[in-house]
Formats: sequence, C-alpha cells, structure tokens
Amino acid sequence: MNELFYDAAPNATRVAPDRPKPRQYPDKPAEVVLFGTCVVDLFFPEAGMDAIRLLEWEGIRVHFPREQSCCGQPAWTSGYRDQAKAVARAQLEVLDRSGFPVVVPSGSCAGMLRHHYRELFADEPDTLARVNALAERTFELTEFLLRVCKVRLADQGQPRRVALHTSCSARREMDTHLHARELLGQLDNVERVDHDHESECCGFGGTFSVRMPEVSGAMVMDKTRALMDSGAVEMVTADGGCLLNINGSLEKQQQAFRGRHLASFLWERVNTRARKGAV
Amino acid sequence: MSQRIPVTELAADFRSRATTALADDQLRTNFRTAMDSLIKKRADAFPDEQEREGLRELGNRIKARALSRLPDLLEQLEAKLTENGVTVHWAETVEQANRIVHGIIEARNGRQVVKGKSMVSEEMEMNDYLARRDIECLESDMGEYIVQLDGEKPSHIIMPAIHKNARQVSRLFSEKLDEPATDDVNELIQTGRRTLRRKFMEADVGVSGVNFAIAETGTLLLVENEGNGRMSTTVPPVHIAVTGIEKVVQNLRDVVPLLSLLTRSALGQPITTYVNLISGPRKPEELDGPEEVHLVLLDNGRSGAFADAQMRQTLNCIRCGACMNHCPVYTRVGGHTYGEVYPGPIGKIITPHMAGLNQVPDHPGASSLCGACGEVCPVKIPIPQLLQRLRQENVRNPAEPQVVKGGGSKYSRTERMIWQGWQLLNTRPALYGLFLRAATRLRRLTPKNAGPWTRNHSAPVPARRSLHELADAHLRQRGDQ
Amino acid sequence: MTARSNILGKLRNSLAGTTPRPDEFDEQLVTRPWQYPPAARVERLRSLMEAVHTEVHQVSATDWPALVADLLNRRNLSNLLCAPATDHGKALQHYWQTTGQRSQLLAYDRPIEQWKTALFENVEASITGTIGGIAATGSLVLWPDRHEPRLMSLVPPVHIALLKASEIHDNLYDLMTAQRWAAGLPTNALLVSGPSKTADIEQVLAYGAHGPKELIVVILDQA
Repeated sequence: MNELFYDAAPNATRVAPDRPKPRQYPDKPAEVVLFGTCVVDLFFPEAGMDAIRLLEWEGIRVHFPREQSCCGQPAWTSGYRDQAKAVARAQLEVLDRSGFPVVVPSGSCAGMLRHHYRELFADEPDTLARVNALAERTFELTEFLLRVCKVRLADQGQPRRVALHTSCSARREMDTHLHARELLGQLDNVERVDHDHESECCGFGGTFSVRMPEVSGAMVMDKTRALMDSGAVEMVTADGGCLLNINGSLEKQQQAFRGRHLASFLWERVNTRARKGAV
Repeated sequence: MSQRIPVTELAADFRSRATTALADDQLRTNFRTAMDSLIKKRADAFPDEQEREGLRELGNRIKARALSRLPDLLEQLEAKLTENGVTVHWAETVEQANRIVHGIIEARNGRQVVKGKSMVSEEMEMNDYLARRDIECLESDMGEYIVQLDGEKPSHIIMPAIHKNARQVSRLFSEKLDEPATDDVNELIQTGRRTLRRKFMEADVGVSGVNFAIAETGTLLLVENEGNGRMSTTVPPVHIAVTGIEKVVQNLRDVVPLLSLLTRSALGQPITTYVNLISGPRKPEELDGPEEVHLVLLDNGRSGAFADAQMRQTLNCIRCGACMNHCPVYTRVGGHTYGEVYPGPIGKIITPHMAGLNQVPDHPGASSLCGACGEVCPVKIPIPQLLQRLRQENVRNPAEPQVVKGGGSKYSRTERMIWQGWQLLNTRPALYGLFLRAATRLRRLTPKNAGPWTRNHSAPVPARRSLHELADAHLRQRGDQ
Repeated sequence: MTARSNILGKLRNSLAGTTPRPDEFDEQLVTRPWQYPPAARVERLRSLMEAVHTEVHQVSATDWPALVADLLNRRNLSNLLCAPATDHGKALQHYWQTTGQRSQLLAYDRPIEQWKTALFENVEASITGTIGGIAATGSLVLWPDRHEPRLMSLVPPVHIALLKASEIHDNLYDLMTAQRWAAGLPTNALLVSGPSKTADIEQVLAYGAHGPKELIVVILDQA
C-alpha cells in the first residue's frame, strides 16, 4: 500500500498501513447477497435464515447464490495459500456476478473477504481490482443493519439478560465491536451484561482448536465460565465460529447455558411470530 | 515440586509442555494475575487513543527507516563508538559472540562477571558458556537473579520470574541463601540487594544489553528500574554490552518516542527509574566508569529475517513484552512452555529465524490469530500476519528451497491432500451441494469421537437442513429461484 | 572482520534496489501532548516524582543548605558525599562551617578503585546537582563529570538532587534540543525518575532494589 509510494522494489522495508479511516456507508440498497459462510450453512442455518428475514424486514431483496461455499479461511490460516486462493477465487466469481453488496453473518468470514483476499491476490493486479471492489461492498451483518439500514428495533420480547461475545475478527479486523452492542441497546427489554475478560478470544481460531486442543480447550473453558458467571441467561454472538466453539464446549460440559446467533436473537425480539418458529 | 515447573526439562514439544503448564493451577494464577495487572497498567498509561496511535505510527516509521538503512547505520554506529573509545565487535553466531566475550574477560584475567538484564545474553547462553570456563557470571536483575538461583530460564522478557509467587521465592532464598523464610516482598528484595551489592564491588567485568544503539552520537541507551544496569555498566573496570543488530536507530531524537512507547507498553510507566546513556569509557580526568567499553553486535539469524521484506518487520521489535502480556495463549501456558529464549507472540515470530522452524515447529500454529498482540505492539509489527506467513513456510515442500531456516517442518503429504480435497469441495458447487445433503441427511452418523475436537466439544452434528436448502426453499417461495 | 563483512554483505544484499526510507519524524507527536505553562511544570514534576516515592522540597536558592542539614539530621545520617569544587558544594561547605553541623561532608576526590569499599559501605548519603528536569515524565537529568562522578547518584542509600525550577523543561525532546545533545554527549548521561525499585516478585513494588533507597529532590526557586 503506502510503502509503494516511496519504493516500488519488492524488498523495500515496509511500514504499517495507514490507520483505516472510519468506514463510509452507502445508502440502503434494494438488493444484497447473503454470503452464508460454511459454518452457518452446516451448523446454524436458522441464523442464516434469520439474517435473511431481518434484511427482508428492512425491505431488502436478498439473494443467496447457490454456488457459494466457504470463504477460504481455514486453508489460509493453516498456511495452505494456494488452496485458499482457489476457493477465494470461486467465491469472488460468484459474488461478482451480481455486484450487489455482500452481507456476512460472521465477523471472521467478513474479515477474510474484506482484508485477507487482498493479501491472497496481491500478486494479481487485475484480480486485485475486483478484490478491492468486493472488500468495499462487504459488510458484517451487524454493521449493515446498523449503519447501512439504520435499523430501529422495536422490542417485542420479555425482559431478558444476555451476554454478548464479540469475535476477535469483529473487534480487530472489521472494527465492528460496538455494533452488536448498539443493536442490543435498541432493545428495551434486553439487559446486556458484561462478562469477565470480555475482549479475550474464545479459543476457536479455526483449525487452532484442533491443532492445539489443550490450549484452545483452556481458553474456551475460561470463556464459558465467564459467560455463565455473568448473570446472563444466554449468550449472543455475531460469529458462527465462536458460536460453534462455545456451544460445543457448553454441551460437552453438560451445561444448560447456550449461545445463540445474534441474527436469531434479534429476529425473535422484533417479530413475535418468530418464536413459533416460522415466518 | 508441583509448584515448580522447569517445563523445558520435562517435555520436548510445545503441546506436552503446554499440557503440564495448564494443569498447574498456581502457575496459571501467577500468570493470569500478573498479565491482567500489566494490561491494566498499559491501558492507564495511554489514556488518549489518538496520542497512542500517533506515537505507534511514529515508532513504526522510525524502526522502518532504521531497517531500510541498517547496514549504513551499523557502520555509522561503529565509527561513532570507535571515535568515542568503545570497541565494537561483530558476531554472526552465538558461538562467535561468546568467544568474543570470553576473550575480553580473559585478557583482563577476569573471574567474576556481573550481568544486567540482557535477552541477547540469554540467546547466547552466556552464563553457561562462561561457567564452563570457570568464570562466574551472575545475574543482577532481581527477577533474573531469582531465576538463575533456581536453575531456570526467564519466563517473561521483562518480568523473568513472574511465574513464581513470593512464597516460592522465599522458599528458594531460604534453601539457597540460608535466609529466614518470609513472604514479605520488601525483605526478599533487601536480601537480593545485600547479596548483589557485594558482587558489584567484586566483579571484574560487567555485562549488559542495549535497548537502543544510537548511530548519530555513538550512544548505548539502557532502561531499567532497579539500578543494577547502572551498577553493572559503571562499577566494574570493563563493560561489555551485547546486542542484536536490529537495535540501532538513526538519530538521538528517534529514541524519544521509542522510549515512551517502550516503558508505557511494557510496564505502564511514563519512564523507567533510570535511563542510562553510555557514550564511552571513563575519560582520563574522570574518577569512575569502566576503563574499557565493548559492544558486541550479534546477528544470530536476524539477517535471515531481514532478507524477506515481510518478515523484516519482525526486527521492529523493541522488546517491551506487551504482546505476551495480552496474549491469551501465553497467559495460560506461561513462558517456559515455549521452550526458547523469547516466549509469547514475539517469540513465535523471531525464534524460527534464530533456531530454525524445525526446532520450533509448533510455534506458528500456537495461536488463535486473535490479533491482540498486533493491536498493542508499540511498533506495529503485524504479528498475526507474520504467524500466518510462517504457517505457509512451515508446510512448504521440504524438497523446495526454503525461505526460512528449517522451513517445511510441518509438511505432510496427507494434510496437503486433505486441503486439496477441501479445495475441490469448495470450488465445485455440485459437489458442495452433495456434501451438504449428505452431511445433513446422515447427521445421526456424526462420530461421537471426532478426534481433538471432541476433547473439548460435543460431536459436531450438522443441522437437519443446510442454509443452502432453507434459503433455496425460501427464495423459491418468493418466486426467485 | 569476516563476521562484520558477512553480516553487512547479507544486509546490503537484501536491500538491493531499494531506497532508504525518508525521515518522517514528527516532533509534534512527542511535544504537543506534553506542554505545560511554566508555573505548572514544577507541580507536574513534583506529583509524578512523589507518585514513585520521591521526596520533593521546594526552597529558595539561598536557603537550601539548611534544608539539607535538616534532612540529614532527621534521618540521623552521619555523612554526606558532595562535590566541593561546585558552586553548590561550596555553599554547603560554607553552611556546614558556619553552623557547625554534626554530619561529615565527604568528597569524591579519588578514582573509584581507591575507595570502592568505603563508598559502598560507609557513605550514607550524597548530594549532586542536575542539569535540568523533565515535567512530562517527572525526571531529573544528570551529566556526571569529574566533580560529580557516575556512582555518586547510585551507590549511597540516600541521594539528594538539586534542581533549579527554571531548568525544568516540558519534555525530553525539548530538553535535548535546548541543550543540543545531538552535538555531543558526555561519557554517561542519566535520566533519574525516582529511587531504585523493582516489581520482579509478584509485581509487588519494592523500593531500594540496587540503587538509592531514597531520592530527595530539592527544587530551587529563583533567588
């Protein structure tokens, strides 16, 4: 990026990229693509559906291209760049077809599309232009609802205390760590409680959870304990990976406490019919 | 025995050492308490986010500027120091560095060395090298002293004995120094003071590290709170400073922001008690200070990291330790689990260049890539990005030329084939659709035991219907698809 | 020589075809957050130093020897290491002679080798001047010289430092620039920001680690 300004040589000494400016959000579009993510696809499809419902509630026409699969992150974080790139290219093709804004119900996958695709395709100038365009129109669900749709949520539910877990990608890559808070804040009957070491990672880290199960297990154990000790009756999160990790651990511990995807939680709060399980 | 964890001796690999450390409640409490406190101190030291970010950016640019002209600055530093009366030595390996240090000591018939805190001397394992040659090399930083007394290695680069609590130190002092047991930290420190003051007086040679070497003026800058650094560099007739080649900065003014970043990031202090700028040995008219000052510039793999523009950023490091303080992995397993001189995130990205990736094959993977380290690094080293890069280097085919020493140590044909299969699945929509159908329809067949995942989690049972199917049905209903 | 040329050769090779990065030093970043009205500098320095267990006094430029005598008497200290050839050393000697102080004034008048043990074991306190102070960080600046050698401010358990209020600068950058440090530094320059301390055991702060257990700063107002 800006190092090229001084020195085009590939071995030039790098400086940190400029601090990202606060993101400028477009007006609410008429149509979007939902990039479901593979974890939501397989394990939390209702969360994906609730994201679609929330977006439709906002009057947006949601597309779900069947050709989508995984963003490529598992291979990327495992060091398999070529394989990650091939999968990323496939998603790029799919998402470029319509050119609609892309909404992602998971911070880490949104971060992959918005930031790491640039690293993957840094050596392909032609593709890079398309990757940059995709990055510009990729939104994590919470920021899309809050900043693009400018939603005003009318809470229809009973009083409820919840803990919010923010994924590291939302916090540090997408800069959307306050958005879910703000959305929950709009719900009159929902009390959000803080949990101990709230900003700490839940220990998922994709394949880290199976490559280093000892350390990852200690992290998720601490996270679940903190959540249960917070006084909340459930946890909500906008990241499928963290949800898989935290709920899987809670179930293994035979705890009744569970986490839920924020999309499902929000949909339930604003739509009384949702509690009956159908639209 | 359960309280003391010389994990380095217990197990050969990261995961086994981590398992031991994770089972030690005392150790975990010691680390968690200390790291929480250091995190809070740092946060309090940077109340203004704009100021902090501006300073981090400046720190990053100062280090990048220095690295972009590193060979010239090293020559300038050498010339200036020589002009000031300091002797400069160069060492490519720790063996060479040790030989140089030993040579200087021998020339003075030195038998006792007192050492200020120096991570580079830890890299060199200087204490052992000299001990084998009948030279006593005593650590004088309180934490280092405690660790040395117990035959251990530091577990943190700033707080070497942070894995021990006061009771453990007390037991150690009464065992080794014949001191009455006490949990009073002040008394323990006074014991250290008494013992070490004598050593400062007697020492033939003082050894120290360097925080910043300033090319413009030929100055070695050292920071510390205890005064042992000043003692080691001032009382003995000979001072040997050992440092890595990346510690050089161009101008004196460059240290102003770096110093502020260092002490605030490391300890949450606006400044350390002492900032010691050494520009030469005692002049004829002066009454104290060493008669000889030497600087040993050590490479030890740094030029290897330097060779790659991305990994060169590793050398921005000013050794503040903030990355380990904020690391959820380090906080849980402690410094010894890493089995190397530099623990935590910085250890994970720098050790491969020193020891070779094959010596620390688990290092790059021992991270959830949560990004906490990169977020706090005062010189903006993109640590998560570098970890990711090292993972790539780690799975390279060993038959290919390697970029990092010992690269390809995690290469596995089987794993590569699995990822190739994964690629196929995720680039062929029909295949992916079939996979989703099979996984959801056969969800009852999900194995209860799914390897490492089910150690910590219930079996990963897929939903009844995939989002693909549900969305399809929904959109069909809408008349779209 | 081979290690040197190998290292430099490798580094040069890795930089082939690149240009050195420009100097983007922005002095605003290290000065602007750390500026104080002259009247506030003393207070800032005092509060920061007191926060790290430094005893700070403020007296007129002529009255300080009496304060120093009092500080010693209250601690029951029997000697004070000072530099007789300096202005403040002379003032101190004069005061001692005229008032007949009990404690003994010692001089650092020999190379360290000739009295190392005595310095370490017998000297109870020392007094030195400073060449300035830094409000931003609560620091004293010392340039040891033949009159006030390096160990004077380090070995005695009590160190008394004289600081002229008018010589307190806002921040390190301003001080370095004003005193033209880049043009030449002494063999040893020091910033001292409190008594020696450590937090190496359980992060518990303990003072008097290896250097002075007490640092007493006497700020001198304009006469």
